[in-house]
Order: sequence, then C-alpha cells, then structure tokens
Amino acid sequence: MIEVRDLQKSFGAQLVLDSVGFRIENGESVAIIGRSGSGKSVLLKHLIGLLQPDTGEVLIDGENIVPMNERQLLRVRRKFGMLFQGAALFDSMTVAENVAFGLRRYEHLTEAEIGQRVAGALEMVDLPGTENKKPAELSGGMRKRVGLARAIIYEPQIVLYDEPTTGLDPIVSDSIDQLMVRVRDQLKVTTVMVTHDMRTARRIGQRVLMLHDKKIYASGTADEIFASQDPVVRQFIDGVADPKENLP
Amino acid sequence: MANPALAKTRRFDTVAVMFSLSANKRVIEALAELGRITLLAREAVLSLLKGRASWRDLLYQIYFIGVKSQSVVLITGAFTGMVLAAQTYIQFHKVKMDTATLAVVGVSMCSELGPVLTALMVAGCVGAAMAAEIGTMRVTEQIDALRALATHPVDYLVVPRLIAAHIALPLLTVEAIFIGILGGYFVSVNLLDIEPTYLLANMLKYTHQADLVIGLIKAFIYGGVIALIGCYKGMTCRLGAEGVGQATTEAVVYASITILIANFFLTLVMGKLVGLL
Repeated sequence: MIEVRDLQKSFGAQLVLDSVGFRIENGESVAIIGRSGSGKSVLLKHLIGLLQPDTGEVLIDGENIVPMNERQLLRVRRKFGMLFQGAALFDSMTVAENVAFGLRRYEHLTEAEIGQRVAGALEMVDLPGTENKKPAELSGGMRKRVGLARAIIYEPQIVLYDEPTTGLDPIVSDSIDQLMVRVRDQLKVTTVMVTHDMRTARRIGQRVLMLHDKKIYASGTADEIFASQDPVVRQFIDGVADPKENLP
Repeated sequence: MANPALAKTRRFDTVAVMFSLSANKRVIEALAELGRITLLAREAVLSLLKGRASWRDLLYQIYFIGVKSQSVVLITGAFTGMVLAAQTYIQFHKVKMDTATLAVVGVSMCSELGPVLTALMVAGCVGAAMAAEIGTMRVTEQIDALRALATHPVDYLVVPRLIAAHIALPLLTVEAIFIGILGGYFVSVNLLDIEPTYLLANMLKYTHQADLVIGLIKAFIYGGVIALIGCYKGMTCRLGAEGVGQATTEAVVYASITILIANFFLTLVMGKLVGLL
C-alpha cells in the first residue's frame, strides 16, 4: 500500500508540489495525469525515495520512507520496479546484463538460472533472442521493453512507469500498453503510472489522479474522470490549448 | 554639486564590497565541496569495509585504468627519463660528474617524477573518463535507475573505481620509473658516451629503497585522489551536455592541482620520516 500525506516539494524558489495526498491500495492500478511540467515525474520519484520532499510523508506498507537515509531506502526499493522515461538502460552492458542486474546483485542464482530468468523476462516483453544486443542497437520501443523486463524480473510488488509511451509511435505505444496490462494481470502488481497519453491512462488506470496547479485536482475511476465536465479536466482530456497561453 | 573624488571612492568601496562578498561565497562553496568529497570518501570507506563492492567490477576497473593509461604512462616515463639524463649531463659535465647522471634520474624518477607524472597522466585519461561516464549516467537517469534497482551508487560506481585506482597507480608508477631509468640509461650510454659500469654503480649507490617506497606511497594516495575527484565530479555534475563537459574538465584540473600540492607536503613529511630531510 502506498500513501502520500501533505507532500510539498520545491526546487529553489519554485514550488512544484503543494499538499499532495493520496492512497493506493495493493494490486490497484493508478494513472497520474497532468500537463507537462506539472510535477508528475517528481511525484513518482518521491514514491521510491529518489527525491526527498520538503515536508510531508510517503508511506510504503505503513512505513514512512521520508526520514530514511539512502542505505535504509535500498531495502524498501526492493519492493519496486521502475520504468524510466528514457528507459535508463546501462549503456556499457548488454540487454541480458541489464535485465539480470537486480538478480545478480541480490539473488544467489547460478548463471544457468539467471539465463533462464532473463530469457523468461525478455519473452514476456516480446523481445526473445536480444540478450547480446547493446542498448544503442535498440529502438525506443525496444529500449522501453528491456527497461520493463529489468524492472519486473525480480517480481516486485509495485511497478512505477514514468511516461511509458512518450516519444513512441501509436502502434508501439499500443504494444507497450498491452505489455503493461499483461504485467499487471499476470504478476498481480500494484501499478502507478505517470502519463499525459490519455489512451494509455484509460487503458491501464483503474483509477486516475489528475495533478494540476501543484495539487491533486481530480481523482476518480477512469470512466468518471473521462466523463468529467470540470473545465480544467475537460480541457486536458480533450487536449485543447488555452488561447491565452498560445506560443508566440 | 557632487564631489568627483568622493564619488570615485564610493565606487571603489562598492566594487571592493562586491569583490569581498564574491570571494567569501567562493571560499564557502569551496569548503562545502571539500566537505561533500569527504562525506563521499567516508561512505566509500564504510562500503569497502562492509564488503559491498563486487570483485567483478573491481577487476574490470583495474583493467580499464591500466589499459587506458598504458601507452601514455610509458611514453611520459621514457621521455622524462631521457630528457632528465640529458639535462643532468649538461650540468654535471661542467664539474666532471658525468657518471652521477643516472643517479639523479633514478632518485628523481622514484620519489618525484615517476609518481607525479604518472598521476597527472592518469588524471587526464582516467579521471576525466570517470567523470564523463558517471556524469552521463547521471544525466540519462542511469544513476536513478541504479538506486531504483536497490543499488547504492557508491557501492557500484565509486568503490570499485577507488580501489582499482589505489592498486593501478602504484603499478603504473613502477612501470614509469623502470622505463624512465631505462630511457635515461639509453641516452647516457648511447648518446652521451658515459661509462655504463660507473653509471649503474652510482645509480644503485644513491638511489635508496626509501625513494622507491616514498614514490609508491605517493602513487597510492594519488590514485585515491584521482578516483574520488573523478567520481565526485561525475555524480554531482549539472544536467545537460555542458554539465558533463564542465565536470570532466574540473575533475582533471582539481585532481592535478591536488596532486601537485599534496606532493609538496608528502615529500616534506615522508622525507622527515625516513630521515632524508
């Protein structure tokens, strides 16, 4: 279970998140939507302790991770798998080494067992036989799949997705969506996804939180949010630019 | 009517105050940076003591540092030994001390030039590479990915590089010393026509074990300086290509300056300890 209470974060003089609070139950699938620069990724990084809030609490299974130091956080982070916006694959390693990274460091397995688990994870993300490729040889969509395989190979309880479909064409985005649904349903993980892709949010998010003006502005099931008549929510879902904000 | 002399004095005072504030800020920032490097070193030592680094990463880093610096260290060592022999001969020949040429080369290479020049060369190759690699990892969220994979960046990135540099620098220094003396011998015997028997005898007579030990201790310390500053600059670099470039430059400059300053104090302290001073 993830619970965020009164979270506030600023970078220098710029306040990014103000009194943000929500709760995500085990096994739930939540999409956090909001405009670019609204602090979605910043919020996601707080959930895994990659950023420290100025004030507020982040509770993972009832344990507040905010006062923890980097070493104490490592224990909590083993519950998480995270897919980064740019996949963040380790350039110097092959696909297999990337995917096996978590296994090698924390599970005492033989090389054969690691090989099997890696092949299984790559099979799950529809990338069998790519073990020996380097990240530089992969397309954007393939990199995200490898990033996902790396995030799920040690069977975490919670998977975080940071803009999983950003920068991908609609067909690849669709395949990533299907993959996320597969991971959610097969591994029974809690899913938290940050996106501004409405189709992805609707398909993956059983519940949708909208971040606006530094706060959680709207919260509800995907159907409720998409049927909302609130002008701010409506504007975002319909993708209509505010005439006052037109670029020069 | 305004007094021009008074106005000029006021302007001068304003500039002086601004300069003083800027200097204070720089000193505070420099001290804060020193503190952060010390904390990084502390974290690295704790991680090392608890055996959290992997042997596989360590071996790769030793190989990386050794191979990357091999040619540059050999060339630097050889030509330094050769030019030192030539320059010493020019001066010593005036007082008929030609056969002491290689003794000067031996002592200088073992205790000063070997470790210092090797360290400066390694700082240029490896220190810069460490800062650039880790800096790029930071910019592309790979360090965040490490943390998300429940891996402490110090355990995975800093400790193997630190131990590897501590091990590789003395080895590279021995190589530079050996090739430097060999170069000096070659120039002395083949170009300057100095009698090799006396040349070698004098070198062995005046180059003590202590000179070599001092050189190796210095190399060990400089290895740590290079790795620590390279890793620190990489891990704290500003985002973007410009940030990585700046971190790389600063890693080389800071490591080189630290090595040169530390060398003076180490020479004094160790010279006193072994009774050379």
